[in-house]
Amino acid sequence: MRSSAPSADTNKHADPFATMILTRRDVSAIAEDHDAASPLSIHDMTVAYHRKPVLWDIDYAAPAGKLVGIVGPNGAGKSTLLKACLDLIPRASGSVRFHGEPYRVRRREVGYVPQRESVDWDFPARALDVVAMGCYGRIPWCWPVRRKDREAARDALSRVGMADYATRQISKLSGGQQQRVFLARALVQDARTYLMDEPFAGVDAATEAAIVTLLRTLRDNGKTVLVVHHDLQTVPEYFDHVVLLNMRIVAAGPTAEIFNESNLQKTYGGRLTLLDKAAHVVAREGRR
Amino acid sequence: MQWEWSIDGWIVLAGVLSACSCALVGNFLVLRKLSLMGDAISHAVLPGLAIAFLISHSRAAGPMFIGAVIVGVLTAFLTQVITRHGKVEHGAAMGVVFSILFALGLVLIRQAADHVDLDPGCVLYGDILAVGLDAFEGTFPKTVVNLILVMAANLLFVGLFYKELRICAFDPDLATSRGIPANVMHYALMIMVAVTTVANFEAVGSILVIAMLIVPAVTAHLLTDRLGVMILLSLIAAAMSAIFGHIVAMFGPGWLGFDATVNTSAMMAVIAGVLLLLTVLLSPEHGVFGRAYHRLVLSTRIIAQDALGWLYRRSEAGQPVVALTELETVIGRTLRARFALRRLRQRGLVYASAGNDLRLTDKGRIEAERLVGSHRLWESYLAEHFALDTDHLHEPAHRMEHFITPELREDLQADVPDATTDPHGKPIPSTPRDDD
Repeated sequence: MRSSAPSADTNKHADPFATMILTRRDVSAIAEDHDAASPLSIHDMTVAYHRKPVLWDIDYAAPAGKLVGIVGPNGAGKSTLLKACLDLIPRASGSVRFHGEPYRVRRREVGYVPQRESVDWDFPARALDVVAMGCYGRIPWCWPVRRKDREAARDALSRVGMADYATRQISKLSGGQQQRVFLARALVQDARTYLMDEPFAGVDAATEAAIVTLLRTLRDNGKTVLVVHHDLQTVPEYFDHVVLLNMRIVAAGPTAEIFNESNLQKTYGGRLTLLDKAAHVVAREGRR
Repeated sequence: MQWEWSIDGWIVLAGVLSACSCALVGNFLVLRKLSLMGDAISHAVLPGLAIAFLISHSRAAGPMFIGAVIVGVLTAFLTQVITRHGKVEHGAAMGVVFSILFALGLVLIRQAADHVDLDPGCVLYGDILAVGLDAFEGTFPKTVVNLILVMAANLLFVGLFYKELRICAFDPDLATSRGIPANVMHYALMIMVAVTTVANFEAVGSILVIAMLIVPAVTAHLLTDRLGVMILLSLIAAAMSAIFGHIVAMFGPGWLGFDATVNTSAMMAVIAGVLLLLTVLLSPEHGVFGRAYHRLVLSTRIIAQDALGWLYRRSEAGQPVVALTELETVIGRTLRARFALRRLRQRGLVYASAGNDLRLTDKGRIEAERLVGSHRLWESYLAEHFALDTDHLHEPAHRMEHFITPELREDLQADVPDATTDPHGKPIPSTPRDDD
């Protein structure tokens, strides 16, 4: 809740810095709008590329211990949403809290699985090396990878059914196997909240089933998992909650309640032309 | 030309140090697909050198070095800025930045050179031959001392930040999300590249620097799938280029009958290229020859197996002994076919009488049963799962029989457990025991 300014401060209005102080208080008041119990809460977030907004006024609090699907058409800003939450791209406005704290404080409690296509799989590394990268955040700077980290990486590989491939060069893995390596890498991060970018993209049926089982296991262990997902068919089966996204949040909540035709129509039935026009105006004006 | 250890020894040492320090950071440029960043930085530092000269009015190493490194890092920074805000692809942004800075450098250096001598050619080719002349009795030449310092700095950098460099090169987003800021590592790497490039200019010139930043790392990448090994191999390739480069530069023209020597640092770069070419041709896994050899072995094996299978089918049809000429109508009379047949006889699978009549030995029969069994199992499998006419089963099975491993065969057997005959009614030989 936004608290009103304490009366003791009113006499400072003559102070030239008063506006600044007020602004600051305003920011802290906004921070209180975050639900501290939520594993991921986003308040009033707008993200722009080249000053052109691609995500507008995102307000969202993820429910704890649920599997959440993030669904929307191409260019809806799904990946951007994850990256902006993780401070990987700057936010034009708004704030993000993980368990009530900024990302940099909660970094170790948040696991991230980028899109498989985002890396070069010809990189000279074995599956185990890639999985061990999940531990790098725990290892102090300049320290080598420790034995217990490699053990953890090996465990994670066997949890995704890839124990036999630990020493396999990553370029020699199939698409599904590469995706499992990425998931194993997230598992060794041992997080409370996971953000996954299209883990089901381009994988075989066996891998898809294995990933779903893994996600459910994570949820049953009390983790919160947010998954960018492409296949509308499987949404009701896979996810407890769903976020329908198309530059803005169209609807968010339990899948059974909001995953219906009218909401999907709103999400996929073309962009809001007004938002598109507004984005162009913002971009054009900003460049002057 | 006479080899003088007191001179040539220093030259080779300087070359090795220079090549290795470039190769060390070069690995990460290649892996981050920034190979041409070394090229860009080494051109772009020219205005830095010129400005430092115009300000300090001397060719003292200190100011020149600092000026060049600053402009070098500026190149990386401007490239990043243009890529991000100009909606330009990274390579184009790099080209824009370094060509303009280089041109600016040329303008400035002309200005400077009118007053004091500053040789643009020296920047290109370096002056490695002067290294040896610089040596006093029992002391290190100054250039070598500098190169040792740069090499040590590079070793320290890569050694300390190995883990961070690796994750930032492979997956910068993950690195940043784990608290290892990829952009900070990027600029750290760029500073090291600039320092290495500038420090090596004087000794070996920019041609060799650019070559050594890229070529040894690419060579090593072709040879291994592990980062640590790749770095080690790139150092070996760099050192070999330097050593053989100088030897060939000194004696190469003599071997060809010319009474001259060629530029040492340029020859070092040429040798690096030759090593890369050899790797492309000879690398066991990716190499041209390696793959050609592999294909040859495979095709010979297929011919031999075809011969075995054919002999088996003939003996099944009541003709256990077959004339060589008859077999040759099937497998041909090529060199490869004859070699395949000779291998079959050497391995004791086929017996040939004095009159060139062929028959399967007992060992050969077991091998052939395995093969024909796989063929017929595959036919049964196809008939079960594919909509194929019976007369379309043989060809695919004939191609596939050479690739059915014992493991695959078990799976096949499990898939069509009741098949004792193939779809044509021929018996499927039971799985032979693996004696060997």
